[in-house]
Amino acid sequence: MAKVLVVTSGKGGVGKTTSTAALGAALAQLGEKVVVVDFDVGLRNLDLVMGAERRVVFDLINVVQGVAKLSQALIRDKRLENLWLLPASQTRDKDALTDEGGGNIIADLRTKFDWILCDSPAGIERGALLAMRYADEAVIVTNPEVSSVRDSDRIIGMLDSKTVKAERGERVEKHVLITRYDSARASRGEMLSIDDILEILATPLLGIIPESQEVLLASNVGSPVTLNNAASAPARAYTDAVRRLMGETVTMTVPVERKGLMNWLLVRRAA
Amino acid sequence: MMNLLRFIGGRSASAPVARERLQILLAHERGLRGRPDLLELLRAEILAVVSRHIVLDPEKVIIRMDRSKHVSTLEVDIEVPTGVERLVAVAAT
Repeated sequence: MAKVLVVTSGKGGVGKTTSTAALGAALAQLGEKVVVVDFDVGLRNLDLVMGAERRVVFDLINVVQGVAKLSQALIRDKRLENLWLLPASQTRDKDALTDEGGGNIIADLRTKFDWILCDSPAGIERGALLAMRYADEAVIVTNPEVSSVRDSDRIIGMLDSKTVKAERGERVEKHVLITRYDSARASRGEMLSIDDILEILATPLLGIIPESQEVLLASNVGSPVTLNNAASAPARAYTDAVRRLMGETVTMTVPVERKGLMNWLLVRRAA
Repeated sequence: MMNLLRFIGGRSASAPVARERLQILLAHERGLRGRPDLLELLRAEILAVVSRHIVLDPEKVIIRMDRSKHVSTLEVDIEVPTGVERLVAVAAT
């Protein structure tokens, strides 16, 4: 049965879009049929991170308004044949997306995919609410930083009250994904520890994505980090997270970058 | 060097401070969540009481709350339409 998963955070800039792309690609790499949906109407970026920005013809709003069919708006990934993107509109007003319109599209996507990943806009306004509205599960992207943890707590409260599942008396399954984690700083007491964050948010952990240069390198070239460099620390962390989403038990570790001599030389040359 | 200085100076790590601040703040914010906005509630009830006696423009009822370190104030500003003084005087007799 299809699963609708919203990637949300409240705070901006914590890595929602990067994580949506990486999780979506990692699921597809494991054989699942996946669509990543950009709900950030007016400020779309998932197309850019996925490297499909020049292939967008129709978007979510066109489908909602009946201008295009869903099949016309879906963009198939060039690297993974079971990975698709539904882009947001860049030009339309964010009010063009309605609760009913979003609901219809999600219902349609459920019949075609195993996973529907919804990339939420930042904030706690209408756009963020629409992105989480029909979710079965939620990934709350959190940085080890006070403002991000506070906003995550707020979003958790909304997932428990404003979603269709919550209104039916059911629960949206929630997972915290910690991004930009720096083990060295945390061990020196300069950064909130994983335990601190989990205790405060009282929500299970999906994964720990280490702070890494690989994340920026991947977005520069428009490739999810799990595809761009599958052996890199963040890619392995995202893949572990996805295995947990699929129900596997994977030991929680913070992957570290493997630094070989060749790698060291290449980094030196590049610098 | 900074780390070394910190180590010598015995300056404690900042993460426990972050953790404590968050715990206090979120305990407070979670308490407020789900409850209707206090100011909105006050506004509605004050408006209902005053409207029983005076015809009011709901837009002209302003409720403001200020919290400072020592004093907190609740400011209620109701604009009464002209001619109402006479009505009130008649009602009192």
